[in-house]
Amino acid sequence: MSRFKAHSVLPGFNLALGFTLTYLSLIVLIPLSALFFKTATLGWGGFWEVATGERVLASLRVTFVTSFVAAVANAFFGLVVAWVLVRYTFPGKRIVDALVDLPFALPTAVAGIVLATLYAPNGWLGQYFAAHDIKVAYTPLGIVVALTFIGLPFVVRTVQPVLADVEAEVEEAAASLGAGRWDVFRRVIFPAVYPALLTGFALAFARAIGEYGSVIFIAGNMPYISEIAPLLIVAKLEQYDYAGATAIAVLMLLISFALLLGINGLQWWSSRRGVR
Amino acid sequence: MVEFKKGGTLMATQTQRRISTHESKSVTLLLIGVALGYLMLFLGLPLVAVFVEAFKKGWGLYWAALQEPDAWSAIELTLIVTAIAVPANLVFGVAAAWAIAKFEFKGKSLLITLIDLPFAVSPVVSGLIYVLLFGAQGWFGPWLQAHDIKLIFAVPGIVLATIFVTFPFIARELIPLMQAQGKEEEEAAVSLGASGWQTFWRVTLPNIKWGLLYGVILCNARAMGEFGAVSVVSGHIRGMTNTMPLHVEILYNEYNFVAAFAVASLLALLALATLLVKSLVEWQAKRSGEPLHHGA
Repeated sequence: MSRFKAHSVLPGFNLALGFTLTYLSLIVLIPLSALFFKTATLGWGGFWEVATGERVLASLRVTFVTSFVAAVANAFFGLVVAWVLVRYTFPGKRIVDALVDLPFALPTAVAGIVLATLYAPNGWLGQYFAAHDIKVAYTPLGIVVALTFIGLPFVVRTVQPVLADVEAEVEEAAASLGAGRWDVFRRVIFPAVYPALLTGFALAFARAIGEYGSVIFIAGNMPYISEIAPLLIVAKLEQYDYAGATAIAVLMLLISFALLLGINGLQWWSSRRGVR
Repeated sequence: MVEFKKGGTLMATQTQRRISTHESKSVTLLLIGVALGYLMLFLGLPLVAVFVEAFKKGWGLYWAALQEPDAWSAIELTLIVTAIAVPANLVFGVAAAWAIAKFEFKGKSLLITLIDLPFAVSPVVSGLIYVLLFGAQGWFGPWLQAHDIKLIFAVPGIVLATIFVTFPFIARELIPLMQAQGKEEEEAAVSLGASGWQTFWRVTLPNIKWGLLYGVILCNARAMGEFGAVSVVSGHIRGMTNTMPLHVEILYNEYNFVAAFAVASLLALLALATLLVKSLVEWQAKRSGEPLHHGA
């Protein structure tokens, strides 16, 4: 024990850690490992066959493209929202600030049916799009709308504290040296909040990839066009194709991890450049 | 949301900034307009629409929809599932935070990463893993069938899936909080003769109460609202294994929009209550100087 753990006068280590590890194993680790064991029963050939199936590839493309577009939209508008909430005062600001977390609190199924209703061709918003021959609900565009809703708080909440910490003195120094407001933003403020922006983007993106509840109502769920990968997993499960469903799940996990690793790497690289 | 900071100096520098560096009035108004427009479009309008759709055909139909026996059993099941999942994850969160924050041991950062793992998994996959374990074709499927135990397409599966998706909420709130607070106060209590439990109840708990409450609120909202994971393991048996979000789906797919939005309006009220209590807790925590960890 002594080599594994540093000495402490406090009691309860064995009980607390023992319970933590048991609970973690039973609820998370053992069930998740089932995913990989089940995929292994397919063998490499079988896995490859599922992974390169046309419908699977199409659903992965829909999932990742719509998630990316939604995360980009949230990166831009989230930065504006964070900026406005940190820098300006206006009536009702506290309520607006609290409302930003709505997507975390509102069940996804509720978000799904209400967005589908709003953006349906006869809906409050959908009718204006329909007048210009644009279909939002039941197309990939509808998926982007749902994923934008789901990912909205991430960028705001990661950028907000960092933006509040930007030293006013640095901005003043830049301004007194003749930099315009836009230059100050571009050269001083943006580099400071950039890592947080990237983190928020990555979180929104990762959340969007796995999202199911809010999307299925508005997506239309047409195979090859507006069918997301999580829905294809459910479809395979309903046909009792457990191995196929599992293979898609593993594929999704691997791609998400690779992307997150890439984004983390990018962040590490950009923060090192910032230090120099 | 702004993490707790040196109030006085912040105010002073803010007024200075106004003088020397500030956007022009038109840019300010434009940015506020864009931000509020975006939030109205994506948050305000959907929230209003839930209630408008629910009351579209009047109060009578709204009440009738909520008095359906199936709606009641969905509400009941949601409450039961939440009443198991939240306390389970609360005990886990406290135990994990105690071990991680108060002791030094090897593999700690790996443990913290593993605790966050359920957030990286799609809700659908969170349900799938339990089907693989306990479903008819799963690892334990034949054994469970032989003993006439049903976990999948039954309430225990729903509870398990809910525990999984809400697993990190309380732990990830408490771990950074208790790490920041250190262990001096507990060590002092123990050296003065307090027992472990006395130390926890009288010293640790008062220090972490707002963070704990914060985690519980977020955990509770997700537990009541979870859809994807529960959908996979539920089997959608009306009046038996339907939680509120699943009931919303069924009603909506049957084109019973008023009833769907009536049940949805209850969940929206829950979301609003969550946001309100969350803001109050944040405000209280700020006042008592207990820094909250705002994990997204």
